[in-house]
Amino acid sequence: MNISLPHALAVWQRNLAMYRRTWKWNILPNFFEPVFYLMAIGIGLGAYVQQMGGLPYAAFLAPGLVCVAAMNGASFEVTYNIFVRMHFEKTYDAMLTTPVQPDDILAGEVLWAITRATIYGGCFYLVTTAWGLTPWQAAPWALVVIVLSGLLFAAVGLVFSLQIVTIDLFSFYFTLFLTPLFLFSDVFFPLAERLSGVWLWVAEALPLLHPVRLARLGFASRWSVVMLWDVAYILGVSALLLAICHRSIHKRLTA
Amino acid sequence: MVIEARNVVKHFGTRVAVAGIDLAVPPGICFGLLGPNGAGKTTTLRMVYGVTRPTAGSVRVFGIDVAVNPRAVRSRLGVTLQQNVLIEALSPVENLRVFGRYHRIPHDLLEERVEELLDFLELRSHAHVPVKQLSGGFQRRLAIALSLVNDPELLILDEPTTGLDPAVRLAVWARVRALRAAGKTILLTTHYMDEAQRLCDRVAIVAAGKVLAEGAPEELIAIHLAREALECECDENEVPALLDGLPVAHVLRTADRLTIYADDVASVAETIRLRDGGERRVMVLRPANLEDVFLALTGSTLEESQT
Repeated sequence: MNISLPHALAVWQRNLAMYRRTWKWNILPNFFEPVFYLMAIGIGLGAYVQQMGGLPYAAFLAPGLVCVAAMNGASFEVTYNIFVRMHFEKTYDAMLTTPVQPDDILAGEVLWAITRATIYGGCFYLVTTAWGLTPWQAAPWALVVIVLSGLLFAAVGLVFSLQIVTIDLFSFYFTLFLTPLFLFSDVFFPLAERLSGVWLWVAEALPLLHPVRLARLGFASRWSVVMLWDVAYILGVSALLLAICHRSIHKRLTA
Repeated sequence: MVIEARNVVKHFGTRVAVAGIDLAVPPGICFGLLGPNGAGKTTTLRMVYGVTRPTAGSVRVFGIDVAVNPRAVRSRLGVTLQQNVLIEALSPVENLRVFGRYHRIPHDLLEERVEELLDFLELRSHAHVPVKQLSGGFQRRLAIALSLVNDPELLILDEPTTGLDPAVRLAVWARVRALRAAGKTILLTTHYMDEAQRLCDRVAIVAAGKVLAEGAPEELIAIHLAREALECECDENEVPALLDGLPVAHVLRTADRLTIYADDVASVAETIRLRDGGERRVMVLRPANLEDVFLALTGSTLEESQT
């Protein structure tokens, strides 16, 4: 790795300059998606559910959806947007005519994906707080979890984006990977109560499970050692995947 | 030397893009890499600014090994890519600022440079209009402005005028000349022989990843052909009789067309007229150009060589 932080920030600032022009069109659909889930499932379906995991259903659902909002924010950035910048707009070819190096691009894009995760996750957290579903005192912890979610899904998405050669394959990523992840990662129901034995261990491989557990336990101030494992998983998997990205981005951009 | 490339080779898998090129570009000149598409020009440029690593050989720019310290090299050069890489949603001024930050130019200095470049490339009239609303020529000028934002000592232009209309080409040429007059070193690629002839102090004719000839344009023409050319229609079997005893430096046949190179084609034309008797053969007399050199060296025209 050969990262220069000022150059990575220049890459980040490029995206910010662009985003300041387009955020009005970008933010709404992504932002409303979890809000609709919260309304339809949390409030609508939840009215028929007495309690889940010891909480009113909407309150059970909210922390997981904060992570999902962050996951979505990061995922769109590192999939479609990065693919367009790399293959259609040739943004990185332009950057590489300057002192910016491939690792700076990688770092800048990850930082930017985390930034967007923070914007979406943060806005959604504020909505759930206003609704009384999450405690406002948990804001610092929410920020930590959102940033970790952003990092993890930036890394996961980037690995995919740097391998594929056609933009159409992203529908596989979203429909066959992110959607099931969203449905089966403790967001809607506690996996621990539905799975048993070895399956519980297998489920630990699911990336979204870890930020969701961090959010739910942390928001309820039920600190536990399992959270150390969750943080270790997120940091470890992110580091591993970004190491792969480091190799692929060099291959892609400097052949 | 600003650029010194020694026996540079680049393979992409089994395909040989550059098959051993030597380049020596002294400061203050405009140097052209001239050849058809697919000749290896862009790959050579990419190796010069260090984004593609040579399979073999070495490239030094400003005396620095590009493979070892690409950041140091690139902070002192500017590159205009073949395809404009502008942020379409942003204005020219915003594009220049974004690019300036890649070079870490301090804020005040960057604002100064932006002002200078708006004037130098005549961008001021639409300085705050989103790029996607601007004409192709305007976008090309902005792309060149971006590559000048760090006040580079070396400017690299990849096909600077491909796809531009004649008026815009002239405007781009005028800027390139002004930069050269200001003491910058320029390395450009082109497949337009007239562009190379007008802009370049030296050119290297490249085909299939090799330099076929290198020198000043007039020098190349003089060495490989002669100052002037005469084109005429002529059957294969009448060629020997037509040329017999004429002071001809070089002859090229393509289809039923004969091109004769000589230092004084007017007298050659006169002799041919006398030999033809009353019959009036259509003849075109013109200065020899780099296109002719390319044709003589490769046996094909630039267009035929496009891959």
